[in-house]
Amino acid sequence: MERDDLIEYSLHAHHSEDQGKVIRKKIYFVTILLTVITVLEVALGAYIKQSSGAWPYVKWSFVVLTLLKAGYIVMVFMHLGDEKKTLRYFILVPYILFILYLIFIALWEALEIGSAWATYGGA
Amino acid sequence: MAGHATQLDAKTLWGGKESPFQTSYGKLMMWFFLVSDALTFGGLLVAYGFTRHDFQGAWPIGEETFNSMPFLGHGYPLLYVALMTFILIVSSVTMVLAVEAGHRMDKNGVVKWMIATIIGGFFFVGSQAWEWSHFIHGSEFGKIELSDGAQAIVKGHFGEIKNFTVVEAGKHHKKGAVITEDLMHEFQHAAEKGYLKDGKIQLHDGSIAKINKEADSHMKLIIKKDGKTNKVGDAPIHGKAAEKMYYESLYAGEPNHVIYGANLKQNEYGPQQYGQFFFFITGFHGFHVFSGVIINIIILLGVMAGTYHKRGHYEMVEKTGLYWHFVDLVWVFVFTFFYLI
Repeated sequence: MERDDLIEYSLHAHHSEDQGKVIRKKIYFVTILLTVITVLEVALGAYIKQSSGAWPYVKWSFVVLTLLKAGYIVMVFMHLGDEKKTLRYFILVPYILFILYLIFIALWEALEIGSAWATYGGA
Repeated sequence: MAGHATQLDAKTLWGGKESPFQTSYGKLMMWFFLVSDALTFGGLLVAYGFTRHDFQGAWPIGEETFNSMPFLGHGYPLLYVALMTFILIVSSVTMVLAVEAGHRMDKNGVVKWMIATIIGGFFFVGSQAWEWSHFIHGSEFGKIELSDGAQAIVKGHFGEIKNFTVVEAGKHHKKGAVITEDLMHEFQHAAEKGYLKDGKIQLHDGSIAKINKEADSHMKLIIKKDGKTNKVGDAPIHGKAAEKMYYESLYAGEPNHVIYGANLKQNEYGPQQYGQFFFFITGFHGFHVFSGVIINIIILLGVMAGTYHKRGHYEMVEKTGLYWHFVDLVWVFVFTFFYLI
């Protein structure tokens, strides 16, 4: 038997022709932004060598630009930005906390292992 | 767009009828899956970072490793990967346009944008196949071990091999015979085995042939492993000096002085782990893109059959869209951490 007491959230997602225009404008804006960032990244990578003194800044700007791109993809393309705030934080907060911890613990450990090899030798 | 938030009192919220997230079961489960998949990719990239941070020698640099374009040859650092990134971003855009059309119940719009997305997906998978093939076959020069024990990667233009002229007969080839087929393959195989000596090659059948080859140009040696005199971080060796060092080693007649391309045991770009991470991370991502294309095709068939229109909403398109954007999201990180940095 079909249940009539369940709410069809899927139907809430509809929007009108005029709202669609606004949304599409936002989509095109993000497209251009993502393309410009990618071009900028490749240009930076092509002109500044890893041996140059400016490389550490370039490296960190890559990380920042990547997070910016990721933010736009998740918030606009995956429209997590339009979901309820509880859902947004429910998805993002545990992931970000865990991955930050993982990056910290793994890279720190790797540096220590690297310096142990350098100190005590080995093949 | 989605999930119009309305104020609810605690009794309705926890009464079991209303979802606290005000979203459908299917979409929530897709998000759960994507979080777990993001953990997998996060784990892979962190493992890559771990290996890079504890590695003692020189790690390959993306723009030196990936500098080829189809039909154009060498000298285009990272442009091909940037193009792949752009293709994936565009296909993500067409997908979000399909979702938007779905919210307006515009069936033709959904069909049009989903077809564009699928084409973009195929282009990306095809590009990745080309890149894998290029990575596996490697450059024409390979990585060379110099006479002082240093290892160097080689850049520049490899002069074409015209033919082999047999000077000492073997089982098949007579003296004076001119061989014009499969030259590069024979040459690289002989180089690996140490069958190249003083400008001559020993062929499969035991015959010795003179190599008739055009001169190389713009050769550049970049040291990747310390030797007795050449060290990592030295300025690259150019031109005639580079050619002398390269061919001294290549024509020494000893095996294992040169590595071409990549497999799971060794590669010409850097340490063994570099090749393994390349295959695993880009391969796992490529598999996601491939499954995404298949899922998109299945959903497109559903759209065309009118299944979702009858249902009154295009949420299935939205859910596959989430997966497709996720694939793009992962690539953004792979692009930065594997290729750029």
